Amino acid sequence: MRAPDMDAGVTAGDVLLAVENVSLRFGGVKAITDVSFDIRKGEIRAIIGPNGAGKTSMLNVINGFYHPQDGRITFKGRTRSKMRPYVAASQGIARTFQNVALFKGMTTLDNIMAGRTLKMRRGFFWQMLRHGPAMAEEIEHRKVVEEIIDFLEIEAIRKVPVGRLPYGLQKRVELGRALAMEPELLLLDEPMAGMNLEEKEDMCRFILDVNSQFGTTIALIEHDMGVVMDLSDRVVVLEYGRKIADGVPDEVKSNQAVIDAYLGVPH
Amino acid sequence: MTAVDSVRADTFAKLLAHNAAVRGDRPAFRHKDLGIWQTWTWAEVYENVRCLAVGLERLGLKHGEAIAIVGANRPKLYWTVMAAQMLGAVPVPVYADAVADELAYVLAHAEVKFAAVQDQEQVDKILSVSERLPLLRHMIYDEPRGLRDYDHTRLHPMAEVIAEGEEALKDPGVASWLDGIMAAGKGSDVSIILYTSGTTGRSKGVVLTAERCIAAARDTVTFDKLDEKDEVLAYLPLAWVGDHYLNYAQGLVAGFCMACPESAETAMQDLKEIGPTFYFAPPRVFEQILTRVMIRMEDAGRLKRRMFHYFIGVAKRYGEKILNGERVPLGGRLLYGLGRLLVYEPLKNVLGFSRIRVAYTAGEAIGPDLFSFYRSLGLNLKQLYGQTEAFLYVTAQPDGAIKPDTVGPPMPNVEIRLSESGEVLFRSPGMFVGYFKDDEKTKEVLTEDGFIKTGDAGFFDPAGHLKIIDRAKDVGKLNDGSLFPPKYIENKLKFFPNIKEAVAFGHERDYVSCFINIDLTAVGNWAERNNVVYGSYQELAGHPLVYDMIEKNVDEVNRSLAAEPMMAGAQIRRFLILHKELDADDGELTRTQKVRRGFIAERYAPLITALYDGSGEADITTEVTFEDGRKGTISARVKIRDMRIYPAAVKEKAA
Repeated sequence: MRAPDMDAGVTAGDVLLAVENVSLRFGGVKAITDVSFDIRKGEIRAIIGPNGAGKTSMLNVINGFYHPQDGRITFKGRTRSKMRPYVAASQGIARTFQNVALFKGMTTLDNIMAGRTLKMRRGFFWQMLRHGPAMAEEIEHRKVVEEIIDFLEIEAIRKVPVGRLPYGLQKRVELGRALAMEPELLLLDEPMAGMNLEEKEDMCRFILDVNSQFGTTIALIEHDMGVVMDLSDRVVVLEYGRKIADGVPDEVKSNQAVIDAYLGVPH
Repeated sequence: MTAVDSVRADTFAKLLAHNAAVRGDRPAFRHKDLGIWQTWTWAEVYENVRCLAVGLERLGLKHGEAIAIVGANRPKLYWTVMAAQMLGAVPVPVYADAVADELAYVLAHAEVKFAAVQDQEQVDKILSVSERLPLLRHMIYDEPRGLRDYDHTRLHPMAEVIAEGEEALKDPGVASWLDGIMAAGKGSDVSIILYTSGTTGRSKGVVLTAERCIAAARDTVTFDKLDEKDEVLAYLPLAWVGDHYLNYAQGLVAGFCMACPESAETAMQDLKEIGPTFYFAPPRVFEQILTRVMIRMEDAGRLKRRMFHYFIGVAKRYGEKILNGERVPLGGRLLYGLGRLLVYEPLKNVLGFSRIRVAYTAGEAIGPDLFSFYRSLGLNLKQLYGQTEAFLYVTAQPDGAIKPDTVGPPMPNVEIRLSESGEVLFRSPGMFVGYFKDDEKTKEVLTEDGFIKTGDAGFFDPAGHLKIIDRAKDVGKLNDGSLFPPKYIENKLKFFPNIKEAVAFGHERDYVSCFINIDLTAVGNWAERNNVVYGSYQELAGHPLVYDMIEKNVDEVNRSLAAEPMMAGAQIRRFLILHKELDADDGELTRTQKVRRGFIAERYAPLITALYDGSGEADITTEVTFEDGRKGTISARVKIRDMRIYPAAVKEKAA
């Protein structure tokens, strides 16, 4: 509903990340074949496709977890073919996972604090002391984390170990941890999977708010077509590792190749 | 106390100024924000409220105009109430979770010109019904998140309004103008309009004046010896008379501190952190807390569990007597002392009850066991009875004279009288002026000599404590003329943990019969422990052993009914256990979980026929609505049990 006015705010053509002719193989299995697309600054970009289309592999390529055999990735104007995940993280790419990957025994607060690790400047020694500059730094980070907790409305579970939380809330904590990195590009792998309607609506609201309030660029994988069509500015569709469509939701919805991929083709 | 008595402030604004003067450094408000408790002193609150008042006046809020307050318990929303009262405007708090339609009705009926809201959610809600609110001129909001891109011609952040007022107040002329407005405020001015929640029909606006509110609050502050060192957690809905009375009015009169929770979900944790000295919760909350404690104790180690149960037993024997100041053997006192050290105090600490001096519950009947449990731990829990039209209190239990099944004697300065039909009538210092724009309804509830009809039926016990049995219009008569108070019977049944809901029938019939809903958690737990196998709610509800268990409960209810001369005729002759849970989605309960007796009677007509024609079982088919809105039908064959009736033996004993 707010997507239209957001479009106006996006500076057209300002590409944050470009994927060019990327191919990824695991032995003989071709996960991604010659895919190119771009993500513009400030947009919500959806990657969709049937099961096994290579969506998660694509996210893994973007954040440096997989190294594609062919192709180039340009992020903030710097081209690379190989990058380690922590380098991606330090450059401003954060992500959440399809199957929640939190520290189950730690509290919500500690999990989100963990997202600040890359921003901590003081070394191990100072942090051990828990005094002086490290303390001041910790307070500063805590403030950011508290703002995220407030933003995601999870005050009530601040001190609860995340293993005890229901799935929908764990997903929210994971989003919180990704936000704690103050990323420029946020990758969300099925943020609504396994959620009920109310949780989905909440999550949609948070994603839109993150996008509009912090100006964070978001790339998300999602199966719920209603969500995808409502949220995203542009959609790229993969099938068997190939790109079959790319465009605004309405275009994609009426694309014959996409309809065939999802509904099957009569033989 | 003396400070309070020394002033005769007749408006809340004057009380605020007084508090700022005599206890300016003491905390007035707390709010947990970003995980940290923020505190404002009375002096700071007074300054903020003055700025806000001037800011609102600059926006055009005038004397006598209504301003809606919509949101959770936030200091800034309370300040808006104060600021409005300072200007002589009329705050109208509205339930924050009201759906847009209800909200529109109240806002339109109250003719609000302004609305002060908490956040984007409320702004959106009001905007969505704005065509029904042509009089609404401006909206101010507390939390700016998500509102940046909204059209701000008629929408203002509260911080900005305060800042503008602050700027304007630098001009001494403005400051003295404000002082003048405050001084000119009269106690007889309308201080607030509280809309009733409207269980029956549209909600009505209860108009209250400052002098009456303050007079009532002074009485109860004295009654419970509240002072500036007390502290409350303000977590009750802003629009409910309970919050406005217990927290706001008493807070301003006694000068105690109101702590606002971080969010509604964190209220329990915040309670522990704040450790209030005065506390109110409906029975439901006390029940939830007890259930949680019991479940957690089941998971504790064996030693702890045994210690817990042993000392809870000790508390049951001596606790209440000690609290009431009765005689207890020395051994009992020593054991209880040990229990305090090992169990009661640590438990109360975990719950945030350590510092409570006075706790109240009201709203519905509280189970005697539940009530006694808390009292036996040394928590001074009491019951009160009241309603919005009274500005809450009508009766309350005084310290040390508690009877679990009564609501206590009339409060100081409250007169109570019973009508011929048994309806409770009262006249109190805090009573309302009338319903807003509804003289007809006002006339309906007032007697000629100025008493308010509560609509509740009740009687006084020999000690002069009021006992409420039911809504007067619901109290029926059996064919033999004996009294039939359905809710009174249902509540007795519901006090058993196995019974979740009960619906009694008997008006203009030969005897009382009832439907029972088992509590799936409690009965399911029992089934697990006793190797009773069941596949569904329906199967468990129809299980003969479950029937046996419920029969025992019903029998006990009959015995206790027989013990009361007025109720002996209303013993339950036959009962059945319903095959499905009564559900608000099916229209069987109201959204506040009250049974809709008439509707149920219609829907389950074949079952009622069977209850009165002597058959042993009956077939029923009902339509149900699933959580996702789909509909289906459930059919079942329901068994009916006959009960033993006790002679009204006590009648002779009493005579």
